[in-house]
Amino acid sequence: MPEILITLAIIVIKVVTFTFLVVLPLVPLSVYFERRFSAIIQDRVGPNRVGIPLTLLGMKKDFHFFGLIQPIADGLKLFLKEDFTPNHVRKAFYWLAPALTVVPALITVCVVPFGPDVTLFGHTEKLVIADIDVGPLFIFAISSLTVYGITLAGWASNSKFPFIGGVRSTAQMISYEICLGLSIIPVLLYFGELNLSNIVEEQAKNGWLLLPLWGDSAPWNNGGNYSAWLFLIPAFIAFLIFTISIFAETNRMPFDLPECETELVGGYHTEYSSMKFAMFFMGEYAAMVIGSALIITLFLGGWSFGFGFDDAIANFAIGDFKIGGLLHVGIFLGKLLAFILFFILVRWTVPRFRYDQLMKLGWVIFFEAALINVFLAALIIAAPQFTSAIIASGSVLLVVVTAAVIWVAKVSEPPAKILRA
Amino acid sequence: MPTIKLTRPKLDAGEKIYLGAIFKGFFLTLSHAIKSLRGKSAGAEGLASSGLGITMQFPEQRWDDHMPEYYRGAPTLVTDEQGRERCVSCQLCEFICPPKAIKITPSEIPSNDPWAKVEKRPLEFDIDMIRCIYCGMCEEVCPEQAIYLRKDYLITGTSRDQMVHNKEKLYEIGGVRVGLVNKWNELK
Ligand code: SF4
Ligand code: SF4
Repeated sequence: MPEILITLAIIVIKVVTFTFLVVLPLVPLSVYFERRFSAIIQDRVGPNRVGIPLTLLGMKKDFHFFGLIQPIADGLKLFLKEDFTPNHVRKAFYWLAPALTVVPALITVCVVPFGPDVTLFGHTEKLVIADIDVGPLFIFAISSLTVYGITLAGWASNSKFPFIGGVRSTAQMISYEICLGLSIIPVLLYFGELNLSNIVEEQAKNGWLLLPLWGDSAPWNNGGNYSAWLFLIPAFIAFLIFTISIFAETNRMPFDLPECETELVGGYHTEYSSMKFAMFFMGEYAAMVIGSALIITLFLGGWSFGFGFDDAIANFAIGDFKIGGLLHVGIFLGKLLAFILFFILVRWTVPRFRYDQLMKLGWVIFFEAALINVFLAALIIAAPQFTSAIIASGSVLLVVVTAAVIWVAKVSEPPAKILRA
Repeated sequence: MPTIKLTRPKLDAGEKIYLGAIFKGFFLTLSHAIKSLRGKSAGAEGLASSGLGITMQFPEQRWDDHMPEYYRGAPTLVTDEQGRERCVSCQLCEFICPPKAIKITPSEIPSNDPWAKVEKRPLEFDIDMIRCIYCGMCEEVCPEQAIYLRKDYLITGTSRDQMVHNKEKLYEIGGVRVGLVNKWNELK
């Protein structure tokens, strides 16, 4: 068989496994977790019944499986429901919109590194679909297309609530995309890399960005150089801004204004039913999965277990097959689930923002903070090469700029209104 | 009317940053999650929880032991200690029933019956449990204390016919009630 066919086959296998066997099943799983975990937070039980109905076959007990079959039942229900298209919609766009929300989320899967190399039959493969050198940029470029789905849905539905939802989604996207992009510049500066696989490998070797406790980043290994620890400050600010922006980007609580039920009925998907609605649903959860994957990859060491165990895990082999990489996939998925649980915890903790608060948070606070953070990170990275005079003047400049920005933000805010009783 | 001017309360720096409140919120939600996983949620004991949250899980666990004396379940007919059906077919319950759930066909008691002096008894007595709203009016209005709301709450059926309780069914659920009125009892 010619070489090209083998390569093609491997690509197809990777696409099918990662998209359809890893990420897509994660979507119903996260819906299940959402329902169970929300229930537990609210002192309830949640769906725990759907299982294999053995009593129908004459056995003593049903097999409940903790209700893990529930997502399948949900999916089946949505699939069998009537697919109703209202008469007043703009058909072509109405049909196009659901696909436009799911597809970008699934395309972005291709640059997420699920694990390090695995060796099967003497052939080494990277556990990432497309090992391209512009990983994060690719994700931003593609995932920002989801907003077209939502906006088109809102416009094509030709009714007022979806329309408001769509408009809100656009405004939200514009204000948070900027912070999203700016906030990871410090990370990219630190690694000097845009390839996600290499970023994770670097973190596995030298300590995660938010946990520099081993390898070259720990001061006891690199001869008392604290710059990695000092970099924790911009890294943490970046992490905060990035995580919150991802929440806004995926339309999750507390930023789910495009579909906010209390004001807009169902938001942009009010007019949708059955599988088309399910596509929006899936798109939202797929975006959540990819968003968490990106946060984990950039800040929390991706597939790495940390503490210097990664080489041992990666070299774990049964006979000729170096399957340590698959263990790393397991670690990655574990982290992913933990982060999805965090998403759900946030949903039940933080109430929804008012629309003007959301815009203010994006434009006045995060945008400036991310911008200043870039300079701070640059200063910390560049510090070892400079004399102390330059560092000092740089810090002074940074402080002045920060003060100026805060002053401008303060002045531009209208004074608090006096309420009348 | 004097105008009262109110100003919003001033937030201090910590409150303005907002993060502290969010972390406080995380602690609150997480502690709820942990408590409900351990079956220690507030009120779990009083509500006889299944050990997860405060929820009792129905088919396995029942509320029966916790049911108060005054619980209003299915309306039923009762007999007295001598096995006589108490209902004299006065139809008061039929007329008081707000959703018109009761349907009675009265009949006479034949003269050779030991209770012939009671004169009337129901031939048919149907309560449509789809209509019944468990209000207890029938129990209240009955002059013979013949109809009672018992504690049965699992009234299910797969067709409308199954949801209509006829006389046998009503006596079967109702059973015997002793004491109360004895006006037809000759010994008293
Ligand atoms: S009110 Fe009592 S006695 Fe009269 S018909 Fe109804 S159940 Fe019978
Ligand atoms: S409980 Fe109320 S509704 Fe039910 S049968 Fe008696 S009077 Fe009618």
